[in-house]
Amino acid sequence: MEDIALSFPDIRNTVGNIPVEWYKDFPHIGYNLDGKKIYKPIRNKDELDDFLDKMENPEYWRTVHDKQTGSDIVLSDDQVELVNRLQRGQFGDVNFNEYEPMVEFFSSDVMIHPITNRPADKRSFIPSLTEKEKVSKLVHAIKMGWLKPRRVEDDGRGRYYDLWASEDSSILARHRMHLPAPKIPLPGHHESYNPPPEYLFTDEERALWEQQDPGDRKLPFVPRKYSSLRQVPAFSHFIHERFERCLDLYLCPRQRKMRVNVNPEDLIPQLPKPKDLQPFPTTQSLVYRGHSGLVRSISVSPSGQWLASGSDDGSVRFWEVCSSRCMKMVQVGGAVKSVAWNPNPSVCLLAVALDSVVLILSPSLADKQVILSSERLLSAQQEGEEPAEGNGSVVWSEAEGEELNQGVRLKIQHPKAVHQVVWHAKGDYLASVMPDNTSHLQVYIHQLSRRRSQNPFSRNKGLVQCVSFHPIRPYFFVATQRSIRIYNLVKQEMTKKLQANSKWISSMAVHPGGDHVICGSYDCKLSWFDLDLSTKPYKMLRHHKKAVRGVAYHRLYPLFASASDDGSVIVCHGTVYNDLLQNPLIVPVKVLRGHVMTHDLGVLDVTFHPTQPWVFSSGADATIRLFT
Amino acid sequence: MGGLQKKKFERGSATNYITRNRARKKLQLSLPDFRRLCILKGIYPHEPKHKKKVNKGSTAPRTFYLLKDIRFLLHEPIVGKFREYKIFVRKLKKAYGKTEWSAVERLRENKPTYKLDHIIKERYPTFIDALRDIDDALCMCFLFSTFARTGKCHVQTIQLCKRLTVEWMNYVITSRSLRKVFLSIKGIYYQAEVMGQLITWVVPYQFSHDHPVDVDYRVMATFTELYTTLLGFVNFRLYNSLNLVYPPKLDSNAESEPKEESEDDYAMNSESYLEKLSALSASLARVVSSAEEEEAQLDHFPTEGEDMEKMEAREKELKQQEAQKKLFEGLKFYLNREVPRESLAFIIRCFGGQVSWDKSVCIGSTYEMTDETITHHIIDRPSVDKQYINRYYIQPQWVYDCVNAKVLLPVEDYFLGVTLPPHLSPFVEEKEGDYVPPEKLKIMALQRGEKTGNEQEEEEEEEEEEEEEEEQEEEEEDDNGDEEDDEEEVAEEKNLKKMEEQRSQGKSLQVKVTPGKLKVENKARLEQEEKAEEKRLAIMMMKKKEKYLYDKIMFGKKRKVREANKLAAKRKAHDDAEKAKKKKARK
Repeated sequence: MEDIALSFPDIRNTVGNIPVEWYKDFPHIGYNLDGKKIYKPIRNKDELDDFLDKMENPEYWRTVHDKQTGSDIVLSDDQVELVNRLQRGQFGDVNFNEYEPMVEFFSSDVMIHPITNRPADKRSFIPSLTEKEKVSKLVHAIKMGWLKPRRVEDDGRGRYYDLWASEDSSILARHRMHLPAPKIPLPGHHESYNPPPEYLFTDEERALWEQQDPGDRKLPFVPRKYSSLRQVPAFSHFIHERFERCLDLYLCPRQRKMRVNVNPEDLIPQLPKPKDLQPFPTTQSLVYRGHSGLVRSISVSPSGQWLASGSDDGSVRFWEVCSSRCMKMVQVGGAVKSVAWNPNPSVCLLAVALDSVVLILSPSLADKQVILSSERLLSAQQEGEEPAEGNGSVVWSEAEGEELNQGVRLKIQHPKAVHQVVWHAKGDYLASVMPDNTSHLQVYIHQLSRRRSQNPFSRNKGLVQCVSFHPIRPYFFVATQRSIRIYNLVKQEMTKKLQANSKWISSMAVHPGGDHVICGSYDCKLSWFDLDLSTKPYKMLRHHKKAVRGVAYHRLYPLFASASDDGSVIVCHGTVYNDLLQNPLIVPVKVLRGHVMTHDLGVLDVTFHPTQPWVFSSGADATIRLFT
Repeated sequence: MGGLQKKKFERGSATNYITRNRARKKLQLSLPDFRRLCILKGIYPHEPKHKKKVNKGSTAPRTFYLLKDIRFLLHEPIVGKFREYKIFVRKLKKAYGKTEWSAVERLRENKPTYKLDHIIKERYPTFIDALRDIDDALCMCFLFSTFARTGKCHVQTIQLCKRLTVEWMNYVITSRSLRKVFLSIKGIYYQAEVMGQLITWVVPYQFSHDHPVDVDYRVMATFTELYTTLLGFVNFRLYNSLNLVYPPKLDSNAESEPKEESEDDYAMNSESYLEKLSALSASLARVVSSAEEEEAQLDHFPTEGEDMEKMEAREKELKQQEAQKKLFEGLKFYLNREVPRESLAFIIRCFGGQVSWDKSVCIGSTYEMTDETITHHIIDRPSVDKQYINRYYIQPQWVYDCVNAKVLLPVEDYFLGVTLPPHLSPFVEEKEGDYVPPEKLKIMALQRGEKTGNEQEEEEEEEEEEEEEEEQEEEEEDDNGDEEDDEEEVAEEKNLKKMEEQRSQGKSLQVKVTPGKLKVENKARLEQEEKAEEKRLAIMMMKKKEKYLYDKIMFGKKRKVREANKLAAKRKAHDDAEKAKKKKARK
């Protein structure tokens, strides 16, 4: 030992057992016994040095690095021997005998001299009281049933038997109300690990999928394709899906839903075939061109030979129906709102409404007899007393000069703009409408033979849209925005008020029998009223896509037509039975198209030929079309 | 007026329902206990018909239970057990607090437990009821059996699930009742027909799960508790129905016994037994030593004419099924180590094939790779070093596709390194008008027994596709028919307009007489158009309510057609692209 001490200078480090890292930033590594710094070796060995050392130095195996001093120490043979002995679990000292004979101080033999001479305690030979107390407590607890003997391990789970050995088919009351949970839908081709290519998402679909809310997605996952089974990864949402199923099973309110299982064909009503309801107009056969503005109003002469049309370009044109030739054109100097041919076949007169004037035209397009009789009608009151013009606001005047040459005979000057003129069936009376919300002066009834005008209403009942005379009886129909009022002209009272169930009535037509009324409205509806039945519509027809502009009945055939802004004219069959108990039969038979939409307006007026099953329509595209 | 005034919400539907909180108070249970009770007893909320009435005029969102259901829960003995458990926990806490370890030990020994047998019997009065509801149970047990023993749930539960699922799979193998399998991206779907019930379950792929944090494992554990009980009883009954020993024992005198030597590698005997069972390579012991049970022949009952067809169809189906059951009979498979062993072994054994694998993969392998009689070697890697000449090296999808197609498909498409044909879902049953992928048509042709060359098939395919397209076009035509007419008219009108304009501008028309063409009227088409128009007019006259319904139905139908068309178009684009690529490659 001593020679070891001699051969090595004593460079014991005095810093103690502290982490060496604390000195890593210093040049020294600690202090020796004299308080002098121990400096680190100048060059640190790196891996390569270490390796070279290992290869070349034969003493390498017995070299130990001393962290405290930073020096390498080569162990001597004795030290190596010591390490080996310690590793083997032997004592460090070679000379130590670990198997020395034992001296038995305490043996089984009783010696004559005891070690202590203390007498035995009493408690060592009487039963313990504390123990007794404890035992009695346990006994009491067992008696009272608080304490149960150790349960026999009878692993109740996993012991199965035939539970349904005696099946009773008696159904509990509960099971009647039981709604079994729906099964999880089975996977489709989308879910395959190797789906057909059409089931994979394209880039857009994928982007859409990612944008969508998870609740809105059609598929809860993105279809993927893997070229082989070994590449398929774990599905990250597997546990989630199971958990959600569990939640659904016990949390989701269940309800029995009756799925409607209807063949859609059965829902379509069985109507008589249009073929059996002929005649009705089916094809567009003539187009009357010539107007340059939209044609607001058309009217057919009672003979059926002539067609008059009034347009926004300020002209009234007369067409021959069969040849579509414009026979005559009258410039009236203002947008024509309405034209109406006198329904009396023995006279040939046309009423035209423009601005605030109603003109009476005699187009002289009939044989002499008729022209003469119409002249007579117009000049009858001239011979008599001058019209009193009692109303003051309406002025009757004769046309003169150029106008007379063109055929204008009378001018009836109104206080406000006139929107519609309508003849009575006899051809002597005519009504004009001046829609105005603020006054009661909205409707005038003029008598041609006596040149008299009167305002039948003394009170404003709303904005009047259109009026119409009853074809047979002395009734007068006034359509306001929401309702149609029927007045008895003889008794001078209101007999009925029809509720149209629509927002804004646009037009109205009275059945030639007089018991039915149809009215079209701007909210795309057409309502059919049966006056004997109710004041509510018997049927609402929502055939059009846009506002209904005009409606018309045929005089002879059971047909009616409606014109709309969507550019179509729909012809319906509407049979009215004499039997009061039988409701009218309404069947749409034809959708007629042809007019071109201009400025969002389609067909503006529609009217039937008086004798043939033909229908005329005038549109915003400045044409009039005849459908036969 | 006489009589008492009627009060609102004192009769009718308002008294039949109870909100969840009130139900909980009535049962005097905490929310977790109530939840557990609902899960075990199968009580679920009901959606009342008139929610506002039931909610006493309020529209607040609430869940309602049937009052009768809650009353029914009042008498449940399990509720008592829940309370006992609560007391047990309290006592245990107290003992811990007082550091009375003997008391703790004693209490733990007497921990209250409960059995769910009576609940199973009550929820499923007949065995068929239980089978009908076993889908979820199987899915859950299969999931739990794949969990690692990491403390997400009790180790015993995992073991029990493993045991029960192995038993179930063994039953399916023995009864040969597997019908369909499907490799999805979620897992492997299996469908078996047990006692006339179609049972579907999904098994996740063999990976460790990373457990999500937002999943309440207590709920899952409660469900599993119920499902393990249910599945155990069902297994018992099913094993009994086949005269098998329950709990299952391996057939000791079967020739395909797993080798004994490997047994030493496993520590515990019981564990190795379960392992051997789950290897699915050996048949099970029967109570009655079985001479092959004869299949009961279906009796022929002479029936009325219309039923005869059905009978024949059913018989045919039965025959097909029998054939399917013996699909892999006589074939010897060897599984390479990278393929999903359990799934493939299960399927192959279900259809009568023999299967083995490398000894180091799993216990229970029956023959070595060097066996000369192996017919199919299932492998899922791009290439293999040493190939035996007398066996097919195929990819695992072949097995699944064969099962679904019910015939042995040609192996060429599934060889090593070949691009696999798409794997189709067997659960999709295409109705008329649905999109059918061309691969399915091919398989259907194969099933019908039409053995055609590849080229012909392709042609057929194309033809079919064309037909489809034509059909679609026709459909479109139906819609567009009238429009076209309109278009013609429009064109004519345009022509006329032009002429008129020219005339109105004072130009003399270029008079040119062209010979007229005879306009051929297609009578059938005219008739069709007429019918279409009639229909359209009739639709106009529909009532509002019916119109709404009709529109909805038609919208759904149209959407379906649209989707089918979209798929077809996508497919066509893909095929065209492929063809172009091929052509390029050839050049």
